[in-house]
Amino acid sequence: MKNIFIRPNKENLTSFVTIGSFLVFISFIDVLANTFLNLNFTSFLPSKLSYFAPLILGTIGLYLIRIEFSGNKLLDRINTNFNSSNLNAILSLIVIFTLIKYIPPILNWFFFDANFAGNTKEDCTGSGACWVFVKVWFNRFVYGMYPDSEQWRINSAFILLFALVGASFFVPAKLKKYFLIFLIFVYPIIGLKLISGGEFGLKYVETGAWGGLSLTFIVSAFALILCFPVGMFLALGRRSSLPAIRYTSIGFIELWRGVPLITVLFMSAVMFPMFLPDGTYVDKLIRVLIAITLFEAAYMAEVIRGGLQALPKGQYEAAKSLGMGYWRMHFLIILPQALKLVIPGIANTFLALVKDTPLIFVVGLLELAGMVNLAKTNPKWLGMAMEGYVFAGLVFWVICYAMSRYSQNLEKKLSTER
Amino acid sequence: MNLKNLKLNLSNKNKDLIPQVLTVLLLILVVIYFTINAQSNMGNRGISFGFGFLSQESSFDITFSLIDYDGSHSYARAFLVGLLNTILVSAIGIFFATILGVTVGIGRLSQNYLIAKAAECYVEIFRNIPLILQIFFWYFAALRALPLTVDSINFYDISFLNVKGWYVPRFIWTNFSIFFYSIILAIILIIFLTKYARKQRDEFGKQLPILYISFGLLIVLPLLTFLFGGVSLSFEIPELEQLSKTVYVYKGGVSIIPELISLALALSMYTATFIAENVRAGILGVNKGQKEAAASIGLTKGQILKLVVMPQALRIIIPPTTNQYLNLTKNSSLAAAIAYPDIVLVFAGTALMQTGRAIEIISITMLTYLSLSLSISVFMNWYNKKMAIKEK
Repeated sequence: MKNIFIRPNKENLTSFVTIGSFLVFISFIDVLANTFLNLNFTSFLPSKLSYFAPLILGTIGLYLIRIEFSGNKLLDRINTNFNSSNLNAILSLIVIFTLIKYIPPILNWFFFDANFAGNTKEDCTGSGACWVFVKVWFNRFVYGMYPDSEQWRINSAFILLFALVGASFFVPAKLKKYFLIFLIFVYPIIGLKLISGGEFGLKYVETGAWGGLSLTFIVSAFALILCFPVGMFLALGRRSSLPAIRYTSIGFIELWRGVPLITVLFMSAVMFPMFLPDGTYVDKLIRVLIAITLFEAAYMAEVIRGGLQALPKGQYEAAKSLGMGYWRMHFLIILPQALKLVIPGIANTFLALVKDTPLIFVVGLLELAGMVNLAKTNPKWLGMAMEGYVFAGLVFWVICYAMSRYSQNLEKKLSTER
Repeated sequence: MNLKNLKLNLSNKNKDLIPQVLTVLLLILVVIYFTINAQSNMGNRGISFGFGFLSQESSFDITFSLIDYDGSHSYARAFLVGLLNTILVSAIGIFFATILGVTVGIGRLSQNYLIAKAAECYVEIFRNIPLILQIFFWYFAALRALPLTVDSINFYDISFLNVKGWYVPRFIWTNFSIFFYSIILAIILIIFLTKYARKQRDEFGKQLPILYISFGLLIVLPLLTFLFGGVSLSFEIPELEQLSKTVYVYKGGVSIIPELISLALALSMYTATFIAENVRAGILGVNKGQKEAAASIGLTKGQILKLVVMPQALRIIIPPTTNQYLNLTKNSSLAAAIAYPDIVLVFAGTALMQTGRAIEIISITMLTYLSLSLSISVFMNWYNKKMAIKEK
C-alpha cells in the first residue's frame, strides 16, 4: 500500500525538485496562456478535465517538492508557508490562479482601458471605467449643491479645524484645557455659522443645499463631539445607585440600541415634528444631528460602561477615602482610567458612526453616497453606477481604514504603557 | 455639633432624593408636553390617535410576499408581509454570514501565507465600506450588469439568473406534513440518544458514535417516509416564455427578486467580516496549554478540537456573534434604500404615506425591532449564565 505513492525523500532531492517544479511551472504557463493569449494547451482533454488540468498538475508538482528539512532555504520556506499539506497546496494554487485570472481584467477596467480625458459621457470610448464621470461631478461629490462661489467657506471651516487640532499639539499644557473647551464648544458654532451664513455679510445657504463629502464630515464630526458627553453621562447613570436615574438610563440606552438607525431617522423626520407645537420648524439637519447623536450616544454609553466595570473597586474606595464627592471622584480618578481602557471600543463606535452617515438620505440630505445616487440618475450620465459607487467606496474605505489603523496603533501604544 | 451632624444627614438623604425626583419630574413634563402637542397637531389634521386603521383595506401592492397578499388585505396583513420579508432576508443573511465568517476567520489563522493574507484582505476591504454603499453597489451596479431575460445565465437547465432576478425550481410536495414530522421525530430521537450516550459514558466509560447515528437517523427516517409514508417530491422548473416579439418571461418556479439577492449578499458579506474577527479571537483565546494538556492525556486531534478547544472557543465566540446577528437583522432595514419590501419600506414607508399616522406606525415599527432585540438579549443573558465557567 505504501509503495503505491512515491514518497518524496531527501536522497533523490534533485530529481524530485526538478520534476515537481517543472510540473508547477507547466501549470502556471497553462493558466497564463489561457488568460493572456487565449490559448488552451489541454484542449485535447475532456472539458472538465482541461479546466482543472493546471490545478491537478500543480498539486502533483507541489506534492513532489514537499520535502521536509531539505536544506534548501527557499524550498523550506515555500513548503512551510504555502505547501505544508495537500490541502494547503491546492488552496495556494487556487488563490494564485484566481489572482492571475481576475486581477488583470480589474486593473484594465480601473486604469489601462479607463477614460480620464474629456467632459461628457461621449468621451468615454474605451471599454474600461469612465472616470470622466467622477471628474465632472467631483465638485458635487465634495460640496453637494452648495453654490460654487461660496465653497471657500466650507474649505476655510475645515482648514480652521485642522489648524486648531494641529495647534493643540503645540499649546502649552496649562492652556490645553481652555483650548480643548474652545475646540469643543466654540469652534462648532463658528464653523456652523461660517458654512450656513446669514450673518456678517455672508450669504445664507440653506442646509438642503449642503451635501457631498463635506456633509459626511460635518455630520460625523458634530455627532462625534456631541455623543461623547451624552454617552458618558448615560454610562454613569446606568451605574448609579439611584434607582430612578438608573432605570431611566437603562431604558434610554436599550431603546436606542434596540432599533435600527433608519427608523430613528424616520422618527426624526415624520414623528418628531408631531411632538412640537404647531408651526415650529426645526431644521432638517439639526433633527438628523440630534437623532444620530442620541443613537450613537447609547452605543457609546455601553462602551464606557465596559471601562467603568473593568476598573477595580479599590479605585472607587481610594477616591472616597480621600473625601472626594461623586463628581470629583469620577472626573479625576475613575473616568480618565476607564476611558483609556476602552479606546478601541470608542474608536469602533466612531467608525460605525462614519459608516452610518450615508443613511441620512432617508430624510433627503445627500452626502457622498446620496450624491452618487443622484448623479447616476442624471439623463446625461446614465449607466455610470459602477464608477460612482467604486469611487465612493474607495473614499469611505480610505477614511475608515485610516481610522481603524490609527485606533489599533493607539491601543498598542497604550497597552505598552501599562 | 449635634446640629451639624443632623444637617449633614439630612443633606445626604436629600442628595439621593433630589436628583431622582428631578429626573422623574422632567420625564413626566416632557411626556406631557409631547402629548399635548401631539394631540393638538393631530386635531389640526383631523385624525385621532388609535390603531383602528390596522384593519382598514390597504389598497397598495407589495412586489414580494411570502404569504397571500394584495391590495384588498388590511394594513395589519401588510405589516405581517413586511415582517416576514425582514425575517426572511435576515435568516438568509445570518446563514451565509455564519458560513463565510467562520471560513474566513479560520482562514486568517491558516499557516498558509496566501490564505491568511486573502482572508485578511477580505476582512479589511468589506469591513471598512459602509453597508449601504455595498447594497447600492450590488443592486445598482453589479446585478444590473447581468444579461437580459433572453440570454440568462443557465445553471444546468434548472435555474436561471438574469437582470430580473434568479429563477429556481419550486418544490412540490405531497404529504409534506408526514415528512416534516419525521424530521422532528428524528431530532427528538437524537436528543434522547445523546442523553443516553452521555449516561453510558459516565457510568461505563463507553463512547457511542453519536455523530454517525444522528446523521443516519436524520437521513433514514425522512427517506422511509418517501418509501412507505406516501411522501413524494417533484420540481417545477422555470421555463422561458415568449410574450411578444421582444418580451420574454420565465414562468413557473420560484423567482428570487434582485433586491433580495443584493440585500442578502451585502448583509452576509459585511457581517461575515465581523463574525470572522470573532471566530479568530475565540480560537486565539484558547490557551495553548489546554491543547497540550488534552494531548498529554491521550485525546486524538478530533477529540481535542471537539471536547477541549471548541467548547472554550465557543464561549468567547457566541456572545459577540449573536450581537452581530442582531446587527444584521437591524441592518436589514436598509432594504428601504433599494425598495425591498421589508417592514420599514412597507409599513413605515408606504403605509405611513397613505394613512399619515406617523406616531402609531413609527411606534409599532420601533417596538417590533425592540422586542426582537430585547428577546434575543434576554436569551443571550440566559445562555451566558449557563455557559459561564463554574468555578468550584
